[in-house]
Amino acid sequence: MKPHTLSVLVENKPGVLSRVTGLFSRRGFNIESLAVGVCEEPGMSRITIVCIGDDAQIEQVMKQLNKLIDVIKVSDLTENDRVERELALIKVNAEPGSSRAEVMQLASIFRAQIIDVGSRSVVLSVAGDTKKIDALEKLLRQYGVKELVRTGTIAILRGSKTVRSTK
Amino acid sequence: MKTGAKILIEGLQREGVKTIFGYPGGVVLPIYDELYHSSLQHILVRHEQAAAHAADGFARASGRVGVCLATSGPGACNLVTGIATAYMDSVPIVALTGQVPTSLLGNDAFQESDITGITMPITKHNYLVKRTEDVGRIVREAFFIARTGRPGPVLIDLPKDVSTREIDFEYPETAAVSLRGYQPTFRGHPRQIEKAMELLLEAERPLLYVGGGVITSEAAGELCQFAESLMIPVTTTLMGLGAIPCDHPLNLGMLGMHGTRYANYAVTESDLLIAIGVRFDDRVTGKLDTFASQAKIIHIDIDPAEIGKNKRVDVPIVGDAKSVLQEMLARVRKKKDYEKWMARIRGWKEKYPLRYPKDGSLRPQFVIEELSALLKGEGIIVSEVGQNQMWTAQYYCFRHPRTWITSGGLGTMGYGFPAAMGAHFARPDQVIFDIAGDGSFQMNIQELGTVSHYRIPVKVAILNNRFLGMVRQWQELFYDRRYSFTELPPVDFVKIANAYGIDGIKVEDPGEVRSALKSAIETDGPFVLDFRIEREENVFPMVPAGAAINEMIGGQCE
Repeated sequence: MKPHTLSVLVENKPGVLSRVTGLFSRRGFNIESLAVGVCEEPGMSRITIVCIGDDAQIEQVMKQLNKLIDVIKVSDLTENDRVERELALIKVNAEPGSSRAEVMQLASIFRAQIIDVGSRSVVLSVAGDTKKIDALEKLLRQYGVKELVRTGTIAILRGSKTVRSTK
Repeated sequence: MKTGAKILIEGLQREGVKTIFGYPGGVVLPIYDELYHSSLQHILVRHEQAAAHAADGFARASGRVGVCLATSGPGACNLVTGIATAYMDSVPIVALTGQVPTSLLGNDAFQESDITGITMPITKHNYLVKRTEDVGRIVREAFFIARTGRPGPVLIDLPKDVSTREIDFEYPETAAVSLRGYQPTFRGHPRQIEKAMELLLEAERPLLYVGGGVITSEAAGELCQFAESLMIPVTTTLMGLGAIPCDHPLNLGMLGMHGTRYANYAVTESDLLIAIGVRFDDRVTGKLDTFASQAKIIHIDIDPAEIGKNKRVDVPIVGDAKSVLQEMLARVRKKKDYEKWMARIRGWKEKYPLRYPKDGSLRPQFVIEELSALLKGEGIIVSEVGQNQMWTAQYYCFRHPRTWITSGGLGTMGYGFPAAMGAHFARPDQVIFDIAGDGSFQMNIQELGTVSHYRIPVKVAILNNRFLGMVRQWQELFYDRRYSFTELPPVDFVKIANAYGIDGIKVEDPGEVRSALKSAIETDGPFVLDFRIEREENVFPMVPAGAAINEMIGGQCE
């Protein structure tokens, strides 16, 4: 049982996301994270799904996804050299003075950006893999995280290899 | 200029549809108005569920796509059981539903239901048509998707304004459909086929385990040829009955929960299982770990997701059963002698035949045997679900594919009667029987109205035990005979049939069975037979739930 990152190329049509997520829930597969957006090919979207399962379960997930008419291609990136990123927006307490300075220092170490400054809080934007964001969040907790928004993971292969519709 | 409704009807006719089963309502009025002028035959059912089952029965009997039509909301929702039944058994149907106008979608409008949302898990694909311009393309795609690859139901939801609006539209002459996300694999991989043939030469105790996929791909001929050319015994699933004639020396009948002892013993001792068009369903395998545990497995199926789903497979072959069997036949070079294995199987066949008590009381198995003898295994036999279904599967001698129509995967009571109506429109030349229980028959008994209306010659043989028999059997065996809500009060089915203008006979004596069946067959039009059978007769042999399939109870020699 380990997390698998699946890249799913789909028709950009109404209902396609609910077809994909409905399949996961009714067949008892768990989604750890999910991200959807348009991609380089017109009329298509790419869904990145992180799910946990043994090899047989993941094989079944991929086969079932492939059966959906609106799914064009399913690739498991897990065994490949890849880059993964997610984005988090974190609103953290930062009273003017020492705590604000410390928060800003942490932001700089994690290469997070301060995208909003309020009188008693700041909003940080940080991109990275899951572990990096987890680490920053943990460090910020002592100042008081007021709100945390995270995207699902997105992933891309390193080098010139691609996940495209052409087989 | 054409309305969406006209484009729809024209599309159906272009797909070769002659008959549709439906029920009108508010938002399908434009479609019904178009039907009024059309040469399409429309059969008005008495409940939308029956329209879906009739389309399904039509599809199973003919191999063509069946079509049903219902209005929005309750009409569409009533199709759901029928669509799910078709989905579980991979039956190609196109279900057409009306929908509230696009301007009201999502407003909880009168008779609005999200039928594409509701049927997403039970259709191969579905469409909510938003523009009249898309109707023509979607009709073609829907039929293409329904009948190709692993067939299945496709639903098209048509909002009223989409049906009403007029546009300039002509169907293109070339009917090619191209979907970039849908390219089913048809031909098996040659290297995998080669590997399968090698395993056959290594095997001592091979067994063909054959299911509905062989019927669907019209591969029964190839299957028998393959089995005969290598002398390999064949067991079929419930859905595969008819793929090989019942009395063929290589046929072991049905396997699984109510299969023959010899089929289940053969699976257990086999060292090579060649599974074709099957899905290792729990009713077949019993306890999975012990199912064919001595065997290497070759699995041929058009749906890659079925391969390795329940059971680890040694040689997976994704492809159409007919095409793969043809390839395998072409590669039969050396033959191996499996005579020792066949002799062992013949021994089991002699020792453990299907049997039931013959004590002068009216037994359901006898009714089926008599019908089988009368029709010589010809005709189309449809069943309901439960004991009636299992007795028919065990005792009717099927000789041809598409002559046995039953709800296998979903196990839908009430399926048989409307499916039999549909089968008639596919094969009007055939005698059609619905083998029913008194429970199942009462689930769609309103269709007596339809068969009477159109004089559809469906013969209903009710194996009437005034119980929900299969549930009662489980209560008897596993719940200490606590018959919780399984006893039904007596019903005079002949009187009910008469009220619809249909003839019927009540039969209580085994001596009257044959003449009653004859009267039903010889009567033009529908007929109802009410067989008052032994009330607590069981279906044996039986594998208790969760047991290994060679651990069967009942039906053995005394």
